[in-house]
Amino acid sequence: MTDGIALVDILRRLETEALAAVAKASETSMLEAVRVEYLGRREGKVSSVLQGLGTLPVETRPRVGAEANRVKRSLAEALERKSGELLAGAGDTPSPVDLTLPGRRPWTGARHPVTLVVDEICAIFHDLGFTRVRGPEVENEWYNFVALNTPTDHPAADEQDTLYLEASDLLLRSHTSPVQVRTMERHEPPIRVVAPGWVYRRDSYDPTHTPVFLQVEGLAVDDGITFVDLKATLGEFARRFFGEGAKLRFRPSFFPFTEPSAEVDVKRMVTRADGVRVESDWLEIMGAGMVDPAVLANVGCDPERHTGWAFGMGPGRIAMLRYDVPDLRMFFESDMRFLAQMGAR
Amino acid sequence: MRAEVKVSYAWLKAIAPDIEEPPEELAERLALRGAPVESLIALDEGLAGVVVARVEVAEHHPSADRLSLCTVDTGNVRRVQVVCGAPNVTPGGLYPFAPVGTTLPDGRRIGRATIRGEVSEGMLCSARELRLGTDHSSLLDLPAGLLPGASLVDALGLADWRLDVEVTANRGDLLSHMGIAREVAPGGHASLVFPPFPGSRRLHAALVSDPAAAAISGATVRIEAPELCSRYLGAVVRGVRVGPSPGWLQARLRAAGSRPINNVVDATNYVLLELGQPLHAFDLGRLAERTIVVRRPSTAERVFRTLDGAERKLDSDMLLICDAERPVALAGIMGGLDSEVTASTTDVLLECARFEPRSIRATRRLLGMSTDASYRFERGVDPEGLEPALRRVLELIRATAGGRVEHRVADCHPRPFTRRTVELRPERVMRVLGVHFEPTRLKALLEPLGFGVTGVRKAQGKSKTAGPIRVSVPGFRAHDVTREVDLIEEVARTHGYDAFPSDLKAFRPGTVPDHPLFALEDALRDLLVERGLFESHTPAFAGSAQGELPLRNPVSSAEGYLRRELLPSLLRRIEHNWSRGTRDVRLFELATSFAHGTSDPGESGSVREEPRLAAVLTGRRAPMHFTDEDSTLELWDLRGLLEDVTRAVWPNGRVSPGAPPGSGVTANLGFTVKADDAVLGWGGGIDPAWLDAPPWANPVWGFELRLPAEPRSRDAVRYRGIPPYPAVERDLALLVPDRIPAAEVEATIRRQGGPLLGTVGLFDLYRGEGVPDRHRSLAYRLRFISTERTLIDEEVDHLLEHVAGHLARVLGVERRGSP
Repeated sequence: MTDGIALVDILRRLETEALAAVAKASETSMLEAVRVEYLGRREGKVSSVLQGLGTLPVETRPRVGAEANRVKRSLAEALERKSGELLAGAGDTPSPVDLTLPGRRPWTGARHPVTLVVDEICAIFHDLGFTRVRGPEVENEWYNFVALNTPTDHPAADEQDTLYLEASDLLLRSHTSPVQVRTMERHEPPIRVVAPGWVYRRDSYDPTHTPVFLQVEGLAVDDGITFVDLKATLGEFARRFFGEGAKLRFRPSFFPFTEPSAEVDVKRMVTRADGVRVESDWLEIMGAGMVDPAVLANVGCDPERHTGWAFGMGPGRIAMLRYDVPDLRMFFESDMRFLAQMGAR
Repeated sequence: MRAEVKVSYAWLKAIAPDIEEPPEELAERLALRGAPVESLIALDEGLAGVVVARVEVAEHHPSADRLSLCTVDTGNVRRVQVVCGAPNVTPGGLYPFAPVGTTLPDGRRIGRATIRGEVSEGMLCSARELRLGTDHSSLLDLPAGLLPGASLVDALGLADWRLDVEVTANRGDLLSHMGIAREVAPGGHASLVFPPFPGSRRLHAALVSDPAAAAISGATVRIEAPELCSRYLGAVVRGVRVGPSPGWLQARLRAAGSRPINNVVDATNYVLLELGQPLHAFDLGRLAERTIVVRRPSTAERVFRTLDGAERKLDSDMLLICDAERPVALAGIMGGLDSEVTASTTDVLLECARFEPRSIRATRRLLGMSTDASYRFERGVDPEGLEPALRRVLELIRATAGGRVEHRVADCHPRPFTRRTVELRPERVMRVLGVHFEPTRLKALLEPLGFGVTGVRKAQGKSKTAGPIRVSVPGFRAHDVTREVDLIEEVARTHGYDAFPSDLKAFRPGTVPDHPLFALEDALRDLLVERGLFESHTPAFAGSAQGELPLRNPVSSAEGYLRRELLPSLLRRIEHNWSRGTRDVRLFELATSFAHGTSDPGESGSVREEPRLAAVLTGRRAPMHFTDEDSTLELWDLRGLLEDVTRAVWPNGRVSPGAPPGSGVTANLGFTVKADDAVLGWGGGIDPAWLDAPPWANPVWGFELRLPAEPRSRDAVRYRGIPPYPAVERDLALLVPDRIPAAEVEATIRRQGGPLLGTVGLFDLYRGEGVPDRHRSLAYRLRFISTERTLIDEEVDHLLEHVAGHLARVLGVERRGSP
């Protein structure tokens, strides 16, 4: 049996509870929960008390009713006040940001992978005192062959199947070596230059050949330049480019414009699929040699006084090694997916 | 196209008996001497089970026309039945046989088979099936006298390796077993021997040559073109029996990659492979008047039919071997069909000659044919090697074909060879190689290669420099060793390149400046990569529409020209990406444009090469992000990029509206870069006709910019002072008639704003409600600043009024919202 006094106590206790909950609320959503819990139309605790009013003796009803209304007003005011406080203070309290959302970034681009190799080669030789020079891609037979001690009717001229221009003796240079001649014509020793550039041969496209490819020529001419100096400089290049542990091997070879001539092979440390570091096979990376006295004489340089060495290497082939690219032609396709992979930073 | 020589390991060891290392090590050593071995093949690989078999009976297969049913003696008592499809299977013939259970070199395993109802217990093999040759049309005929059941490897002497050796263009002397042996024999040149032929006697009598008359028993030789033929030896052998060569000889030829033909021809090929001297055998009976004339073609001689049956066009610079009436061979290249040695030949004339390399090469190129002989003549044969080669081939013919050698040999020798002596200075060796070699050491390095060394003296007096040594160059090196530096290379090579130290020395800085175009290219790469573009490399070729310089010998007609513009190449790359489903493509390339030039004598004639930069872009402006509306690249992105790139390249360049025709850029959606009146570039929206675009493709933007061949260095940036006073901003919204370009409005604002006007920026362009027809609203933000004082609102308002008033008065441009 419920009497009026007991109900008034219950209402006061609910009021205390509810005001404490309002005071604790830190967000408007929590205030709403308090409102529903106590003042909700059906389930609200205060509302339930009012619904039970009908079962009370008539004489106690006004007192309990008045008390219930006072509690309702008191709670409503407290809720409104607190709600205002929370809204006013919203600037100070961080709103819930989903920090897992992705950031904004611009497109990234990249240099061509073979350009990166050329850049690195030139940078290493820059450290060794070499500057960059360039020459025309359309050449004549003098610069491409004759001045380089290669008569055009010599079998050596055959080895580089040359592309010629129609109705003229002009040709597309088959190597960057004409730049050696042009540089020595214009400058006095000491000469230390590298000449990166496109060269052309009458090759069909296959995984290791393209009719146009990049080459980097190197030339050092001075008093006292020797074969030992050539080996030392290229050895230093190899250590810097391929990393410590890289070995070079010089094999005798023949180029009409150098003597002695060498093919240069490199053996690198590579990581196998199982993670073990092993030595690679010997791979041919360049041709080199002492500048032939006939070439020096052709540019008016006294071969008795000056000696020199030269090299030519193919950064495309080297890029294949470095990036594990199986097919030289991929470097010419400009597939965005490939370029993005190669240029990933 | 490097020369290659096929070398039999067994043959090499026969010539250089002190070679003891296995073929793999020999190959390694050859590589380190400058003759790398491309492949090393064990000739008996996969032939273990294959035996010699005699076909006793060969009948038609009862139910297949093309097949034979053979009864085969394989050395066992039991005869074996084999079904065979080869046309040359003959009763009594000896052929290689792979019994059931054998695995052939190609991995095929031979099983018992039933072919059209008949059992076949094994296979008779062709040369190709055993990797002994390329012929697959018939069975490999084995020499008579072999025993059925004998191992094929033993019977053919196949316990051998073949080394395919790469030979550089200067070393014609390495195109023989003798030449290779000289390089690798531990005992050097002096230790080499001519291995004796089974069943042969030495040719005791001296060959008597007669350089004057050049008439020999029954034959005459005459050289009418001594400038192209320095020596011609002709020897006669009478009464030969032409037939197959003995097994050992066939084995040697096969091991060295040559195909046996008959004993006379095989003997010439053997000596070619052994000594490098090409030889030719003529049927003496078929030479008119038994005469050989070495001459150029007469004007009437237009064509010649070579041994291979082909008609060859003649040219007055070619050299012919003729009889009294007509040509019988192309000198040094190939014999003729009409004088070749056949089964009925009894008397042969052997030619052993020396032709000019240049002439052979020119002829070979004109005819487009290369033979074993031309290959060697082109690279130079040993002028001292003719007599030994002739003697060797005569001995071999006598051993394998019998006959009687006429000891009087015709010898036309218009230009005798004398050995060259080259001086080698030890101090010069030091100067080139960087290592000191004593004269005695030089001698020890050069002599094993066959060089004669004299004049070796100890260093004398205080100077401590030894005098030059004198090196006599043998005939086989006469073609590549003519100068001191050639000997220095021999010294380095024999000493071993790996034996030289590699200590880095100090160097003097070079005199050549870094070419300034590299720095500009680097800066442009940085700029474009920063803007999200990828660098592209495309071949410099184009079709006829995109180039004006045709190639004489292009790789393909689609690449028949040098390109004049870069943009088309990059557009093809966009299409390539589209075809792989990539919509966002941003590429640039730095490359050369080729065009006819104003002839600049002295330089590379009439071609103008120009460095250029081109770029293409399509797709989204930035990677997708949830905060952004979808936005694709548009004209303004292109224009901004083009302006930035232009500024980096041409400080005085201006980007103005309208693209040049034929540039691939839509004229009314493009720009031209100009400095003064020179067109420096163009860019904008790519004409859709220039692209093969899928329906979903976004518009493509692109530009192409000329670069200076020799960029001048930029003026250094200098500090100009930063005003300490605040700026005052005012917005100016204008109703601009469409006929007035925005650039004109902006220029007017700048002019009228006076020195206090800092920057002018367009922040809104609006058409629609509140804006009259054929007008748009342009809203500019003007920023005023003074370097001397704080500006007050009144003077700024006054300036703004002045600008607005001028715009209204002169251009008829009213302020928006003004009454």
